[in-house]
Amino acid sequence: MTTDVLNDHDSHEGEHHDDHKMTGIKRWLYTTNHKDIGSMYLWFSFIMFLIGGALAMVIRAELFQPGLQIVEPDFFNQLTTVHGLIMVFGAIMPAFVGFANWMLPMMIGAPDMALPRLNNWSFWILPFAFAILIGSFFMESGAPNFGWTFYAPLSTTYSNGSTAFFVFAVHIMGISSIMGAINIVVTIMNMRAPGMTYMKMPLFVWTFFITAYLLIAVMPILAGVVTMLLTDTYFGTSFFDAAGGGDPVLFQHIFWFFGHPEVYIMILPAFGIVSTIIPAFSRKKLFGYSSMVYATASIAFLSFIVWAHHMFTTGMPLFGELFFMYCTMLIAVPTGVKVFNWMATMWRGSMTFETPMLFSIAFVILFTIGGFSGLMLALTPVDFQYHDTYFVVAHFHYVLVTGSLFSIFAGAYYWLPKWTGYMYNETLGKVHFWCSLISVNLLFFPMHFLGLAGMPRRIPDYALQFADFNKWVSIGGFAFGLSQLIFLVVVIKCIRGGEKAPAKPWEGAEGLEWTVASPAPYHTFTTPPKID
Amino acid sequence: MKQDMEKETEQNVQQKNSKVIKKLMLIVFGMFGFGFALVPLYDVFCDITGLNGKTNDVAAVYSAGDIDTSRTITVQFITRTAKGIPWQFNPVINEVKVHPGEMKFVKFYAKNESDRDIVGQAVPSVSPGLAAAYFQKIECFCFTQQPLQANEEIEMGLQFYVDLELPEEITTLTLSYTLYDITGKVDS
Repeated sequence: MTTDVLNDHDSHEGEHHDDHKMTGIKRWLYTTNHKDIGSMYLWFSFIMFLIGGALAMVIRAELFQPGLQIVEPDFFNQLTTVHGLIMVFGAIMPAFVGFANWMLPMMIGAPDMALPRLNNWSFWILPFAFAILIGSFFMESGAPNFGWTFYAPLSTTYSNGSTAFFVFAVHIMGISSIMGAINIVVTIMNMRAPGMTYMKMPLFVWTFFITAYLLIAVMPILAGVVTMLLTDTYFGTSFFDAAGGGDPVLFQHIFWFFGHPEVYIMILPAFGIVSTIIPAFSRKKLFGYSSMVYATASIAFLSFIVWAHHMFTTGMPLFGELFFMYCTMLIAVPTGVKVFNWMATMWRGSMTFETPMLFSIAFVILFTIGGFSGLMLALTPVDFQYHDTYFVVAHFHYVLVTGSLFSIFAGAYYWLPKWTGYMYNETLGKVHFWCSLISVNLLFFPMHFLGLAGMPRRIPDYALQFADFNKWVSIGGFAFGLSQLIFLVVVIKCIRGGEKAPAKPWEGAEGLEWTVASPAPYHTFTTPPKID
Repeated sequence: MKQDMEKETEQNVQQKNSKVIKKLMLIVFGMFGFGFALVPLYDVFCDITGLNGKTNDVAAVYSAGDIDTSRTITVQFITRTAKGIPWQFNPVINEVKVHPGEMKFVKFYAKNESDRDIVGQAVPSVSPGLAAAYFQKIECFCFTQQPLQANEEIEMGLQFYVDLELPEEITTLTLSYTLYDITGKVDS
């Protein structure tokens, strides 16, 4: 089959395609090629990751010692807010869309995404969104300072004047995400190679399929809630203003109705990536494929009925607290299915530990730690203690950094040979992994203790008894930040050259993407492959 | 021939695509609308459950009838002024004892301590939230806006009763008023 596909490709290239590559900047501005757009998404998200990371470095520098050293409290609030927004909407989400663009068509045997022009557009509006968001740092009002959750009335009555820029930036990000998600759904539904039934799709494809549906369902809610915020702030409506008959708690309900599915939007694709890599390096099939599909779908469904667990302390009737507590704990069941399936996949496999596998195994362990602290937070009575403390910060950084981000690293290492045609430097990759692993735990693990001891989040100063832990956390933070430059070096080196990668550099890897040459030709599967 | 067939399938795929896109766009617009629909839905939901402690905003009608003298409910009054309204605002008495079904009249004092005319709006809230549905206001200054000229003072009345159906376990209610400056928001 491999040779067939390669030959097909060669013979078709001449006659089929008039869209020859343009040169220079025009190639990237006008491109409708899923691989080009995927690369742009990945680079964009990496740049955003560095910017968001730089903000985090300033935060950790300020928190290195108690007292105010480097920044004013108001600017500190701007840092935490924009750090969160950039990492969520600028780093993690576009990185996953980049993976989707690069890999989905190749995995399902399609020549490109279904809606290539829409694809170009959904990428190219993103830089504008973040230009507005980051640009607001340099405006008189300053950047948004009301937290990435932009609770009313912090973002309305008490806004520093950045609300309009924030709202328009979020609108553009939302439109981009919705267009990207529609593209993914249409591609998966209509572009699969003949014979690839839904239950034959790689799990990677499944997780992106479900994630895209989540995006389509909740990004419009986000658009709605920021619109209400905008009219409340500037046009005299009172959606969230008690003086005019509104209710600020309503804001939290609508926001978290978006916000909770959003956190699964950032983790389900990670499940897909890890479910691709662990079988490859265990040299076994993924254990319990169909249970993985159903578990993903169940998590997606449950994500819609647990939102108020973010709001236990707003004062809810007992019934509400119990309902949201039990529903939240229920999510541990399908998540547990996944973790056990990954373990069963590794069980008695002939495992090797290349960098992608190292990141994947770290993902399984550290994401599970994040999951467990999530379970603790789900318990209403104890949540009253943990709410808005560093325990929450520790929890969501374990699931987002050692979860989503580690899976992105794993995926990047895994497919770099396919993208660039060269093997990355394995030693440097391992150095990157071990530096990241040690520093990330030094960075986030002590936050659990800080939170349990009562250190509140989003503050530039803290009581003296938290000083020692914060010092270690900051050192971990700087080390983790610096470690990511190793990744940049690895990627640049890999693009420039190195050992030539064969079509299938990983012995145990499966999937159509390995049947095409490395680097993947500009056009692949112009004739659909045959699936047995 | 082969090209024709390819063209046909291409058209076919495009038709299939646009069908899916239309459906997905429906979801998008539907969910955008649903976000806004949550606003009235939330009000209805809170009305039924008393979730957010909001009380009736139109006057209740009191008909003299049974008074349950076996129960005595303590009703506490607290007030606060929102940021930026230079008024003094406090209850004349801090709490009253009331039997369910019995009507009570209490007064609140307000004074505009600034040199400009200000329109205030008091927003009531009852805690525990579940009791809000049983706290009936017959007459309340919060039903209307309160314009006060510079340095003017006023005593404002609140007439209420506690419903006979108030759940057994509730013995104390707290009625909280927050006063907002809405001068800029009212026309004329």
